[in-house]
Amino acid sequence: MIMSFIVAFVVGGLICVVGQLLFDVANLTPGHTLSLLVVVGAVLDGFGLYEPLIDFAGAGATVPITSFGNSLVHGALQEAERHGLIGVITGIFEVTSSGISAAILFGFIASLVFRSKGRP
Amino acid sequence: MVARGILNFPSRPSIRAAAVAAGPLEKKKSIFGPLFDKLHDSELCGEDTNEKAHSRLIEDACGLALEKAGAMPADADFLLCGDLVNEMTPSNFAAANLHLPYIGLFSACATSVSSLAVAALLTESGASRLALAGSASHHNSIERQFRYPIEYGFQKGPTAQWTVTAAGFAAVTQNEPGYPEIRRATIGRSVDYGLTDPLNMGAAMAPAAFDTLSRHLFGTNSVPGDYDAIITGDLGSVGSSLFRQMAKEEGLEVRRSKWRDAGEEFYGDDPSFFAGASGAGCSAAVYFSDVFQKMLAGEYRRVLLIATGALLSPLSFQQGESIPCTAHAVELSMSGGGQS
Repeated sequence: MIMSFIVAFVVGGLICVVGQLLFDVANLTPGHTLSLLVVVGAVLDGFGLYEPLIDFAGAGATVPITSFGNSLVHGALQEAERHGLIGVITGIFEVTSSGISAAILFGFIASLVFRSKGRP
Repeated sequence: MVARGILNFPSRPSIRAAAVAAGPLEKKKSIFGPLFDKLHDSELCGEDTNEKAHSRLIEDACGLALEKAGAMPADADFLLCGDLVNEMTPSNFAAANLHLPYIGLFSACATSVSSLAVAALLTESGASRLALAGSASHHNSIERQFRYPIEYGFQKGPTAQWTVTAAGFAAVTQNEPGYPEIRRATIGRSVDYGLTDPLNMGAAMAPAAFDTLSRHLFGTNSVPGDYDAIITGDLGSVGSSLFRQMAKEEGLEVRRSKWRDAGEEFYGDDPSFFAGASGAGCSAAVYFSDVFQKMLAGEYRRVLLIATGALLSPLSFQQGESIPCTAHAVELSMSGGGQS
């Protein structure tokens, strides 16, 4: 059990290191970095490589934004198997819809409760 | 002979009074904090948006500068003012409340000096008996304008600078003995070396500062040693060292203690402010507190203020354009200082 925590920590951390390097070395903006990592996750899943990573690292692979790209492709492929070409369209948000709805809902709640401030 | 872009003011308009209003972080962290006239305890300055707070700072500084000059708002002939928000709405709203004839000036962070030069011209022409000149910035509203909203938590690197929350204004009158006199100004050119990183403004602005410095020295036949201080606006630590290096390479005598930069000094040595301070309020706050007071105290008799500005917009940055920069200079002296 302890070992799976360590693996999740290291793998998740390494994905974040890639993101940090994209900021600091490649000078990408946060928007570019986010999009790039989503695309990388999607491409990896297209080759069937992201699911093994999740089996190996658990939350270390599901929490970073790359997993969003993985979910997009995963849902599209799943629905495509069932409904053909139209499934690709309907499937994209099949798996990710919970995450997107949750982001909107909790973002709204947070905006009601908190007010942004500058540094103290 | 007329040297291009150099203005002479034979009637020697005076800076009769100057005032600075600033925010809570400046109160706590700026080494100039104790010199400022009004310090707000909240970054909203009692208003409900950052942009209204921005206007509030301008009105505060203008009101205090007039008060110190023994005048009422109705006594002022002109307001010359600028900031960095779209269409300069903070200045526009402040001007609406002050009810003064007003020209909004955009020279980015160099507006502290361009406004002073225009005020001196209006005074020289006899059109103005008392003109308010200055500029302002508010950290939160400028971050939203140019970079990312505060909520976004964007990471900055070591060359980045911290936009100050402050407004600095000077009351410019016809010559009054005993007050700093505006002797000359050099209007900066827009200089573009093709730099594109808005998080390294110092490096982009340093060539503009040097261009203006060399034009002023050449046009007025002076050398750095003639000035008690040469104070740039907001080059920060990165831009300042480039600026000094350029000057040394041209054979100018650079004395570290006399070559100051408002942005580099503003927050002391605190590394959490990266390469130092910036913003239209940065140079204005230092020129119209520290420098003005040192002149009144006799510590400086002749100074050259070179305020630097990066003339980009969020759109030009998104379209991948480079950052044109400018620097405007004014030469101030106490009576008897310098040559006429």
